[in-house]
Amino acid sequence: MGSFKRRMVQFASTLIGNGYFKGFAKGTIYRGKLKSFCFPGLNCYSCPGAYTSCPIGSLQSVAVGLKHQVSLYVIGLLMLIGTIGGRFVCGWLCPFGLFQELLYKIPSKKYKMPKFLSKLKYFFLTVFVLLLPALFTNEVGIGLPYFCKYICPAGTLEASLPLIIRNAALRRAIGIMYYWKLLLLGVTVILAVLFSRPFCRVVCPLGAIYSLFNRVSFYQMNVDSSKCIKCDICNKNCPVDIKIYENANSPECIRCGICMGKCPTKAIGSGFKTGKRRMEDEKVLDTGSGTHSCH
Amino acid sequence: MRDKVKYMFLMLSFILIIAGIYRGEAGEVLEKAIDICLECIGIG
Repeated sequence: MGSFKRRMVQFASTLIGNGYFKGFAKGTIYRGKLKSFCFPGLNCYSCPGAYTSCPIGSLQSVAVGLKHQVSLYVIGLLMLIGTIGGRFVCGWLCPFGLFQELLYKIPSKKYKMPKFLSKLKYFFLTVFVLLLPALFTNEVGIGLPYFCKYICPAGTLEASLPLIIRNAALRRAIGIMYYWKLLLLGVTVILAVLFSRPFCRVVCPLGAIYSLFNRVSFYQMNVDSSKCIKCDICNKNCPVDIKIYENANSPECIRCGICMGKCPTKAIGSGFKTGKRRMEDEKVLDTGSGTHSCH
Repeated sequence: MRDKVKYMFLMLSFILIIAGIYRGEAGEVLEKAIDICLECIGIG
């Protein structure tokens, strides 16, 4: 039931975020004022259906301009979302996360992602999103959105393909970069069939930003150590392959909650924890009858 | 301690958003996002 509810939320988020259907029909994009807001997940703002902006695209688009090298506005929005839910967005709201989860359902041999690769997303964030667009500029001081241009397959899927199909002028402008992006999307699709959420875990700079807030966010996962029997069922069902009983708020946890539904002893919980609520939890724990809060 | 940090981040995020809007960044984001990003779609 929880899994079905999450899937419905993922579809609803994708549809609401990309609900400008006229754009798909005409091969154009939405040009209204809602585009000054950022979508919480990775969702290309050149998608014909997108009502809002992609936060990673926006970070770069401000950095490549002449006025500012860092966007306080976008960083503030991401900090707000991260402080509230950490990587909750990754597990529940991100359209590209949903796309990868659906691909992983295709029957095939499945592989485990080597853990060290998860550090790479911080490299993509630092180099391709923050440094290159701000530092490598042309003679007049204008840079390029390096991550969008050279790395991001979400733009190819959500924007490039629907626009190219409907827009003849764009079709005529296709060059080598288009095929590079198409190749990247193809590789991402194949990897997403074989590995669980490969882009989220290895490449996504937005996931890298939200991961920094997992430990301090208001929304927290917790494990009742008195109930946990370390059967590892949580780990076997985890899409990002973490042992939640070892680190309930690991930076890799996307807060999808699959482990909560699978835990045979109901040892895993989650919720919004404020100072008052935490003290109440600790009081219950002292009496020996309550749940253990992980923080 | 962790509670203090989360409230600090919450406050800081509001300050950054307000400062960004004051610097005209919301307008900048809008200005860029209403045109098709050719780099994003592999044409620019």
